[in-house]
Amino acid sequence: MDNYDLVVIGAGPGGYVAAIRAAQLGMTVAVVERAHLGGICLNWGCIPTKALLRSADIYREFRHAKDFGLSADNVGFDLAAIVKRSRSVSAQLAAGVKHLLKKNKVTVVDGHGRLDGPGKVKVEKDGKPVAELAAKHIVVATGARARNLPGLEADGKLVWTYREAMTPDVLPKSLLVVGSGAIGIEFASFYNTLGVKTTVVEVMDRVLPVEDAEISAMAAKAFKAQGMDVRVSTNVKALKKGADSVTVTLEKGGKTEDVTVDRVIMAVGVVPNLEDVGLATTKVQLEKGRIKVDAYLRTDEPGIYAIGDVVAPPWLAHKASHEAVICVEKIAGLPDVHPLDTRTIPGCTYCTPQVASVGLSEAKAKEAGYAVKVGRFPFVGNGKAVALGETDGLVKTVFDAKTGELLGAHMIGAEVTEMIQGFVIGKTLETTEAELMHTVFPHPTLSEMMHESVLDAFGRAIHF
Amino acid sequence: MPIEILMPALSPTMTEGNLAKWLVKEGDAVASGDVIAEIETDKATMELEAVDEGVMGKILVAEGAHGVAVNTPIALILAEGEDASALAAAPQPAPAAAPAPQPAPAAAPALDIPGLSLGLGGLGLAAPQAPAGRVFASPLARRIAKAEGIDLAQVKGSGPKGRIVKADVEAAKAAGTDDPMDADLLAAMALASAVKDPTERPKAPKAPASAPAPAASAFDAPFTEVPHTTMRKVIARRLTESKQTVPHFYVTMEVVLDELLALREQINARAQKTGGPKISVNDFIVRASALALKRMPEANVSWTDDAMRRYSRSDVSVAVATPAGLITPIVRGAEGKSLGAISDEMRDLAARARDGKLMPEEFQGGTFSISNLGMFGVREFAAILNPPQALLLAVGASEQRPVVKDGALAIASAMSLTLSCDHRCIDGALGAKFLGLVKSLLEDPMSILL
Repeated sequence: MDNYDLVVIGAGPGGYVAAIRAAQLGMTVAVVERAHLGGICLNWGCIPTKALLRSADIYREFRHAKDFGLSADNVGFDLAAIVKRSRSVSAQLAAGVKHLLKKNKVTVVDGHGRLDGPGKVKVEKDGKPVAELAAKHIVVATGARARNLPGLEADGKLVWTYREAMTPDVLPKSLLVVGSGAIGIEFASFYNTLGVKTTVVEVMDRVLPVEDAEISAMAAKAFKAQGMDVRVSTNVKALKKGADSVTVTLEKGGKTEDVTVDRVIMAVGVVPNLEDVGLATTKVQLEKGRIKVDAYLRTDEPGIYAIGDVVAPPWLAHKASHEAVICVEKIAGLPDVHPLDTRTIPGCTYCTPQVASVGLSEAKAKEAGYAVKVGRFPFVGNGKAVALGETDGLVKTVFDAKTGELLGAHMIGAEVTEMIQGFVIGKTLETTEAELMHTVFPHPTLSEMMHESVLDAFGRAIHF
Repeated sequence: MPIEILMPALSPTMTEGNLAKWLVKEGDAVASGDVIAEIETDKATMELEAVDEGVMGKILVAEGAHGVAVNTPIALILAEGEDASALAAAPQPAPAAAPAPQPAPAAAPALDIPGLSLGLGGLGLAAPQAPAGRVFASPLARRIAKAEGIDLAQVKGSGPKGRIVKADVEAAKAAGTDDPMDADLLAAMALASAVKDPTERPKAPKAPASAPAPAASAFDAPFTEVPHTTMRKVIARRLTESKQTVPHFYVTMEVVLDELLALREQINARAQKTGGPKISVNDFIVRASALALKRMPEANVSWTDDAMRRYSRSDVSVAVATPAGLITPIVRGAEGKSLGAISDEMRDLAARARDGKLMPEEFQGGTFSISNLGMFGVREFAAILNPPQALLLAVGASEQRPVVKDGALAIASAMSLTLSCDHRCIDGALGAKFLGLVKSLLEDPMSILL
């Protein structure tokens, strides 16, 4: 049996970061991974979809070449090449993770890891035991997979999950996406841009339901303008599979309607991979279907920790990575380790227009009892946005009227996923409107809208 | 450029002072050596002398301002040939004694401030060195603290590297920010930080006493709150620290004073004729203590974490009650001074202590303390040690007491002495031996004279 200071089960953005940080702190580390280094994020999630969307974005730009005085005739695309590029991006980055683990002298164990009581992990590959690891500390970072709705299960042929949606061999003529969270909307955006007749069905009363309502409304308007069929407050009652099509029964306000499409993408959230991790051999407890941990990611079993999608939300790669660092630094006994404040975790969606946010929405802030000051600045008032031809969008800020605390920031429009970090730093440092107002934003940039939005919350916007 | 006069650091631990009085007005000529202001520090009022010649151009901190941080510009002196227009060029601190955002020289007991000559010599050990530094707090924490009247200096930070964040201020608000220990010290630090941190908006010298009096229930007696003087806060802090951190024990003995009183009467009768100094019983006790320390150097010590500090001189601190509070001027090297010299020195020190005119080196330090409450009719009492001193002699009233002499009851003049000892460096037997030596010296007063 091999002995390590730390064994990590799962090499996704939580697991491999935990392994590297632990190695940096002088621990002997092994990470057990059954599929791909980098996990879903790098291989089947965040990264390959960004590659796909990049192709779609450039395609859209080409089609609007005339607006910029350019000519581009016979603009088309090669779906196989788009998918191939997406896969090679993932492959390149997965190789990068492999290199990083090696550089940090982390042992990678190929196989399915299971807890075998406290302090032990058994690894199996193709049904055969391949390793037994002993460790003082074990981090469960097994991630999550697509959620299936009973009766509406994906089959990988006509009803896709993200995996099939990411590697289509032929472009469907029509598509119905169930769920308008980040994953569903990104696929809807990709296929819609490539000319697929796309319908999005959302059970809640608005798309991107975790975002600020104003942002959701602007997003829905933009999607509709792009030709997307957006159905909110709508349930999917049944899927009837044909030879090469699916008839979807939708229900809204008691009325049902059948829609026939070539393909359906199920994007109704994720479930944690907990069933086959050997949790029953330990005192690890669950809470709301996830592993129960304290502020430092410690489970009820001493020496066993859990991070990322197997613990409480938000289920985002960057949250998993951050938890990994907190967890490992606490194990190493570093001073000054601070629990994660979920209110400062940003969320980004790479549809067109992009959406990014951090903190409380206006409604959530009011619900929490804050008297709020809200600032808004539209892209149309920003010089750089006009120059880029990206005049659709909004930067919205929500402040506590009493203390000036930045409670939330919500953005929609070009490049907002790159800009949100400015507000995240501000929130993490607990700035008030005063510091944000005193900050010099470079001209001409889209980021000036962040400044203006803050100014607007206090009735001081200059350019609108 | 006009010459800036800065708030002086009159002792190594001073972080702020009160501007008690201006002795010159704007427009007055100032010569080198002129006393231009009186500065009230922890324990004393100090005179501020000008070094440079010129004309008082502008008084920046008004008389009576409290809690002015060290190195805050307090006045501008126009050098020869400069007129008032030069003032415009000089840094103009915000109104009402707000410290200008001038970086203070780090960790500098600024004895070489331009415009000042104070000639302060080796300072004593009286107050522990305040850890200098700014208070790290998030902008939001600062704003909430200000709005709620919470003194950030009293809030423990939970953020990165102890930075105070919103949650800490809210917790402090919920708990009530009562941390009496070192509160004034920390408040002073916060104030110092206002100077050192140029990004900080200048704040009023003293944190506004906006903390409302605790909501009195219907059963609480009505009260008013008198703001603490700096001296009161120092006394509170130092004695709390002493009683909480120094393991005290006490030994008491009765001293028969008949011979000492007879000798004193002789000396004073002679003094009346010659106009020499009159000697008090306390003067005898000062000298007896100093001699005992010299003879028993193992008792003339201080505890430090690393080593026992043995003093080679008997510096006797004598507690003096003043209207503002307790202060302990020091008779330095008392073992080498005659009774008359000790008496003269004590009289001078006590008088100046009562007027708040002691120099810091006159009350900071000392290796041994005497506290005498005899004049109030106190028979005996146990005093709190004055750190880092390891011994304190509490003196009761001298009175006629029944004593047994040669197997028969007799009347004698006597007093009780209680020695407070720091058990870390003085064990019981040593304390008892030391007190016995003091007693034997006082009961054989000729030995004190010699």
